[in-house]
Amino acid sequence: MSISHVVSPARTVDESGERILRYTLSDRINHWIAGLAYIYCLITGLGFWSPYMFWLTILVGGGPTARFWHPWFGLVFCGSAFWMYKVWRNDMLTNDADLAWRKAMKYYIRNEDEKLPPIDRFNYGQKAFFWLMFYGAIFLVLSGVVLWFPELVPWSLRWLRYLAVTVHVTAALATIGGFIIHIYMGTAMVRGGFTSIIRGEVSAAWAKTHHRLWYERVTGRRERG
Amino acid sequence: MSQATLAIRRISGHPGPVPGAGVERASQVCKLIDTTTCIGCKACEVACLEWNGYTFTDTVFNNSYQTMPETAWNYWNLIKFNEHETKDGGLMLLMRKDQCMHCADPGCLAACPADGAIVQYANGIVDFQQDHCIGCGYCMTGCPFDIPKFNPSTKKVFKCTLCSDRVSVGLEPACIKACPTGCLHFGTKDDMTDLAATRTQQLREHFGFENAGVYDPPGVGGTGVIYVLHDATNPEAYGGLPKNPRVPWVVRLWKGPAKWIGNLAMLGGILGVTLHYLRFGPKEVEANENDKNNQKDRKGAQP
Repeated sequence: MSISHVVSPARTVDESGERILRYTLSDRINHWIAGLAYIYCLITGLGFWSPYMFWLTILVGGGPTARFWHPWFGLVFCGSAFWMYKVWRNDMLTNDADLAWRKAMKYYIRNEDEKLPPIDRFNYGQKAFFWLMFYGAIFLVLSGVVLWFPELVPWSLRWLRYLAVTVHVTAALATIGGFIIHIYMGTAMVRGGFTSIIRGEVSAAWAKTHHRLWYERVTGRRERG
Repeated sequence: MSQATLAIRRISGHPGPVPGAGVERASQVCKLIDTTTCIGCKACEVACLEWNGYTFTDTVFNNSYQTMPETAWNYWNLIKFNEHETKDGGLMLLMRKDQCMHCADPGCLAACPADGAIVQYANGIVDFQQDHCIGCGYCMTGCPFDIPKFNPSTKKVFKCTLCSDRVSVGLEPACIKACPTGCLHFGTKDDMTDLAATRTQQLREHFGFENAGVYDPPGVGGTGVIYVLHDATNPEAYGGLPKNPRVPWVVRLWKGPAKWIGNLAMLGGILGVTLHYLRFGPKEVEANENDKNNQKDRKGAQP
């Protein structure tokens, strides 16, 4: 193992130096619109969530400013979630390979990837994360509209306010759980993942290791063993 | 009157003990509204607007004496008129001055996320500090009386202050000052409770209102505004006064256990991924098959 490999494992290249396009430019732009909008909503939302985190709103211009923009960025996030649904929906459907992979997920967690069955473009965890964020965005926007304009909810329908608070908090916490794991895996755990969503490409070795069926599908090669 | 706001500890050249020294009274203030002597003149509405610097807005006619259906961000004090048929077929025009109740356990304050936007003074007045208000409207969700009202142009929420500015300098609230029948009283909570009890007894014994009673709902810890009602068993008849108001349980859960469960879960998640990294480290993809074999060898050497 060379020194450069240790210093920058994400730059690992196949012997041939072959790179495979994993995310198109529009995939990447949309991912980062979603990511930045989510992070804005996370910072401001945590500020509204707890007095111990209210200082977070100062970072983005103060409480009233945070309150003004939080719903708008929420709409941006939801919009990009729908865009992802449009382009990734088919790749995100759970198939038989995923079920086999899910059964063997403990090997994935322990970094014993050689014991995992081959899978297509996304693994079961990525798919679960996608659907969590997609449905999370829908619930957050539906409840968020009520929280955006509480003064327009008539007193006789005040149960809507209570329901909206419950749904918004529950959906937010669920997406935060997914977000923590997503950030960890994308930046620290799965080397090569972060550059793939920046530059769009992965090495052939990366594709073969993590997404063998996808590698075979996009390259037309069948290399077993 | 103004001297009474400062308690005296020592007096120069004064023989004997200081009058009143060592005497303590409950500092809780209270407004008593005797609905049985209200004549619906709306002097309190006018006084409230005048003192707080608001002009009259358009009124809404709904075939009654009522000025508008409910209080507004710039109209904090509204008499609710209700025609009520008694059991023996008689007609009563119930009139209740509606405004902030200044709960001892305020739902608006519990729900508010902004540091310092809602305060409860030691005298019991619950006051909004618009400088700190972020305009989220959570107070409107927390209030069981539908009192906080949103100003869409400034994006701040407003409500009755119980004239905290007047009370702090020893004056009674503007509405009390204006009431011509004496149906409004202002004083300590103890005095007002006593007065209300006396009036209730009168109503029961001399006027035949056997259900007369005091409205001081315990569900919100009692209120800084209490009512004498002809029929305390049916407060809803007085323009929808809730029978047993409480801070909504969703708000209690949201601002209580959910906060800590959620925070612990988030911390747990961060801790979990950190521990995972320390235990298992990153997934690295080998440059080629040779490297992969090398890795396997290394793994075998260092289990």
